[in-house]
This record gives sequence, structure tokens and C-alpha cells, in this order.
Amino acid sequence: MSDKNSLSHSQSHTDQEFHHHHLHASNSHHEHGAHLLQVEHLSVAFEMYDEDASFFQAKKRMVNVISDVNIAVHAGEIVAVVGASGSGKSLLADTILGIYEPNAQVSGTIWYEGIEQDARSLSQLRGHGISLVPQGVASLDPLMCVGKQVEGFGHPQSTRQARKKRRRELFSRYGLEESVAALYPHQLSGGMARRILLCCALMDDPRLIVADEPTPGLDLELAEQALSDFRDFANQGGGVMLITHDIELALHVADRVAVFYEGSIVEETAVSAFSSPELLEHEYSRALWHALPEHDFVGEAHISA
Amino acid sequence: MSKVVFHTIAKFLLLMLGVSLVTFVLVSLSPIDPVQANVGQAAYLNMSEAKRAQLAHYWGSGIPLWERYGSWLGDLLRGDMGMSLRYNAPVVEVIATRAVNSLALMGSAWVISGVLGFVLGITAGLWQNSIFDRLVKGYCFVLASVPTFWLGLIILMVFAVYLGWFPVGFSVPLGMSAADVGLGDALHHMALPALTLSVVGVANIALHTREKTVDVLESDYIRFACSRGLSRKQALLHHGLRNIALPALTLQCASLAEIFGGSVLVEEVFSYPGLGQAAVTAGLGGDVALLAGIALVSAALVFAGNMIANLIYGFIDVRMSLSQPCLANEGEKASHQLKSSISRDGRPQDGEVS
Repeated sequence: MSDKNSLSHSQSHTDQEFHHHHLHASNSHHEHGAHLLQVEHLSVAFEMYDEDASFFQAKKRMVNVISDVNIAVHAGEIVAVVGASGSGKSLLADTILGIYEPNAQVSGTIWYEGIEQDARSLSQLRGHGISLVPQGVASLDPLMCVGKQVEGFGHPQSTRQARKKRRRELFSRYGLEESVAALYPHQLSGGMARRILLCCALMDDPRLIVADEPTPGLDLELAEQALSDFRDFANQGGGVMLITHDIELALHVADRVAVFYEGSIVEETAVSAFSSPELLEHEYSRALWHALPEHDFVGEAHISA
Repeated sequence: MSKVVFHTIAKFLLLMLGVSLVTFVLVSLSPIDPVQANVGQAAYLNMSEAKRAQLAHYWGSGIPLWERYGSWLGDLLRGDMGMSLRYNAPVVEVIATRAVNSLALMGSAWVISGVLGFVLGITAGLWQNSIFDRLVKGYCFVLASVPTFWLGLIILMVFAVYLGWFPVGFSVPLGMSAADVGLGDALHHMALPALTLSVVGVANIALHTREKTVDVLESDYIRFACSRGLSRKQALLHHGLRNIALPALTLQCASLAEIFGGSVLVEEVFSYPGLGQAAVTAGLGGDVALLAGIALVSAALVFAGNMIANLIYGFIDVRMSLSQPCLANEGEKASHQLKSSISRDGRPQDGEVS
């Protein structure tokens, strides 16, 4: 996609029109005429030994874990990537952040703010545009106090004073007392840990947040708070890719939903499409719809009977 | 806190008691007749019966084990470690002069193997499966399976005999008066035994550190640090070192025992007059007082090493520090209450059944 094309395409379609494999939601918009993040035909394969062959004869072969994924995140919206645990969602997050295993083979195209990226430039965007909000407290160094970790080490050009000031601002914005900065990760409560992880991401002033299962282990109230924090971030013009297995949660907060199934995104649509199964394209999305508690909840029973 | 100190002291005293008792029992079970071993076969045969009896009395052979142990223990409690019959000097004196040599040797080997092992382990772990990593692993596997004395012999042959860079043995040049011996001479003589000991010690530390480095690099917190723009190396530097140092330090403090054991062999190979050599002499000569003394000193040293590891843990690992005793106590109390409530619940249930 060239810049010229992307400039023109923001005028060329309306909100409900299908383009780039997806439908828009009401607050999806193309800032500077491009998607904040656009991923096309992304595949990740791993070199593995053939499991069917005997131990000594096993040959190496490529196994696709993610195949032909298309997804876009607009400025100002939350896109939820919904799929079962173990379907490769976290790998998608890693790939967008440019973190690859040495035996992985990645193909496809990723644009960030309309500029095509390669592995090198993606890795330079880590903490400088794209930030990760990880799942839990295990992502914090257990032997370093959290204040220092939030301030981070990834921006040597800014002074320690400046980072400390920014950290203080974030702490007060998210209702964390200054004394929390001196605590170690194992001393944090679940809610504190969540806010600390968010502060880590916001410390680096991102445009796009990739949140990898940020709510498991939190009670409903905390989970809703976490999501409203993401909502605020999106409303201020950022983009959020919320990776979750919880379809209810996704429908509750997201603007658009991408249904992830067996390593691929089978449907990328506005949340409103989940109001009725007829609006959903793919059979797995419809199965998800039926699995929602307020619906008939018999989808699976039908299939097994 | 005082409870911990009390426990530690009690454990230490029990250890000393056990070590000395085992030493005495082993010496009494030993087939070596101290009189024959120290006088020499030929001299013993030509000796008069009266002389033999006198010597047997001097070496205390024939006195039952418990009596010997009891009198030795009594002396020890009064601060007297007894006389070394073999060196004809107080045990304290023999140990003191030799401990200086041994501690210098073991200390340098301990530091070199620790630092080198840590650096090699981290570098190998960081570039896992690289050529460097394979070299380090190969080196460690070979060394871990090589007997210390054999390596000592090889090093002795190569550096002292063929190349002639270092002396063949002893801690000072032969024929030089003690006053003329400089630091340079002492270091020159210590080099080969220290090298042997450190080269062997590296393997353990390096392999464990490498494994821990690989673990840490795969951890969630390093992944998160990388996602915030740090390179793997930077992330390891800021978030890894402390986490990796923990097992390395434990090993390092626990390895005192191994280094001590290794030093016995190395000192024999290099005729280096340290505690290890004295222990061998005392063991072969039936000099039970000296042997027990050396056993006590070495056990105390190893005990101190492990205790220091425990203390350092508290400083490095905040999760274990004593600065939050209230949390630990609460946990203890809670489990206590739980247990007592279970037993209270248990009784009426028993009643119902019967």
C-alpha cells in the first residue's frame, strides 16, 4: 500500500463498507489517512521435527502456527482478538512486537502508521510507539522495586529526573501511592500489579498498545477498571489491540472484534455484528455467539446431539 | 532473630561433635599401627621390647576409643586441641602455619573459579548454541569428569617439567631461608596448584549459571523488558544479573567443601605444605589429634560458607529477607490456627463414630 493510495482510501469508503478484510466501527478512523497498524497475510511457521516419524528418522519440517492473518487497528479504537487459549494469540502479539524465536519463519506485511515495516524497524518500534501490556506480575523483575521498573531503561536519551517525574504523574493518575514505587512485585495486589503494568506501557508514550490477556485473575470490578483504562487511552487517539479468550469481555469494551481460530483470523467485524448471528460470516463466530450466556447456549449441544 | 542465632549455634556444636566423633571412630578402625607407621618397618623390627612399649604408650595405642575421645573432648572444652604427635607440636600451631598456605591457595582458586565460571556461564547462556557456547559446554563436561589429581599431574608435567615455567613443588624455593622468601616467590609456587583447583571448580559454576541464564532469558520479565525496547543483552544486564547471581552464589558458597576436598589431592600432587597435606600425613600416621583438629577446622569452614550463602540470600533476594517477619509470622500463625481447628473438629467427629 503506497502512501498515495492510503490517503485516497480514507475518502473512498464509508463506515459500514467492507474494506481491507474488515468492517469499521463508528469510532474507527484513519488518522493521516492510514491505519495505525495494518497486518496482511502474516504467517508464522516453526521448524520442528516430524512427530509422526520415529525418533531417529524424524525430519525437520515447517509447522504453521499462524497462517495468513489480516488485521487492522485504527486510531481511537479497541480491536479485540478473540480466540481459544493456545490458538497462537500470544504469538501474534510477539510477532507484531518483532519478537521472534530463532527457529521461526515469518512472512507477510506489517504497516505502522502507513509505513511498511521489516523485522529491524519493528524491533525499533518496541517501547517507541508500540507497547505491550502483559498478563500479570510474572512480567516484572521479581528482584527490582516497581518504581524503577516503571521508569524503565529503554529511553537513555531522557534523563532519570524526567522519567521519575513522568512515573509520578502516571502513578497519581492511576491512584497509586508514591510508596508503591518502593514495593517489590511479590508485594503487589492484583489490582496494583495491573496498574503498574499499564504504567510501564504508558511510560513509553505509545500510539498502539498490544494487551495480551490483561484481565485473567482479576475480579469483575478490576477487570472493568482495566478495560476502562484502555478505553480512555483509545479515546485520546491511541489504538489498542486487546488479545483475550473472553468473548463477553471483548464485546463489552471493544469497537471491533477479530475472531481468531486455528491460527487465522476468520472474521474481523464491528461489535454490532454480534447482535445477531445472521450478521456473522464464519461458522466459528456464530458458534461463539451461541456460546454467550444470554443466548440459547445450546450450540454445542446441538452439534453433539 | 535470637531464635535463629540459637539454632545456628546449636547446629554448629552438634556438627563439631559429630565430625570429631566420626574422626575418632574411623582412626580406631584404621588398620594402621601408629607406632609402626611412624618409626618405620626396619627400625621397629630392631627395637627392644621396652622401647616398643614406651612408643606404644606415647602414641596411645591400646587405650580404648571412648577413653581417648573423652579425654580429647575434655581438653578441647578447655581450649586445648592437643599435641600433634607426628609434628611434635601443638595442633593449633601446626594448623595455623599450614592454614595460611591453604587459605591463600583455596581463596584464590575460589575467587578465580567463581568469577570465571559466572562470566563464562552468562556469556554461553546469552549466545546459546553458538560456537562459544559449545566450547564452554565441552570444556565443562570434560573437566567435570576429570579427576583433580590427574589434572594436577598433567599441569605439573606441562608447565613445570616440560616448559619449566613454574617450580615442581613446595610453597617456597628450596634452600632459601624463610626470611628471604618474598611475595613473588610464594605466588610463583602457588600458581600451579591454584590453577588446577580453579580450572576444576569453573565447570560446576559455569554450567549452572549457563542454565539459569537460559531460563531467565526465556522468562516473562525479560520478554516484557525486550518489548519495552531493550535488547536481550541490555535486558539481561538490568533484570537478569541479580536473578542469575542467586544460584551462582549458593553454589559458590557450597563449593567450599569441594575446593577443600580438591585441595587435599592437589596439595599432595604439588607437595604443597597446606592443611590437605597435613590431613593426609595425620591420617596415614595415626595422628588422631591433628586429624580431628583439621576435620573440625574444615567442617567449620564449610559451615561458615553455607551460613554466608544464607545471609547473602537475604540481601539479594527481597522475597526471603527478614525485613518482613510480620508476614512470615502471620502465615505461621494462620497455619497453626488451621491445624488446631482441624484437631478440634476431629475430636467430636471421633466421638460421633464411636
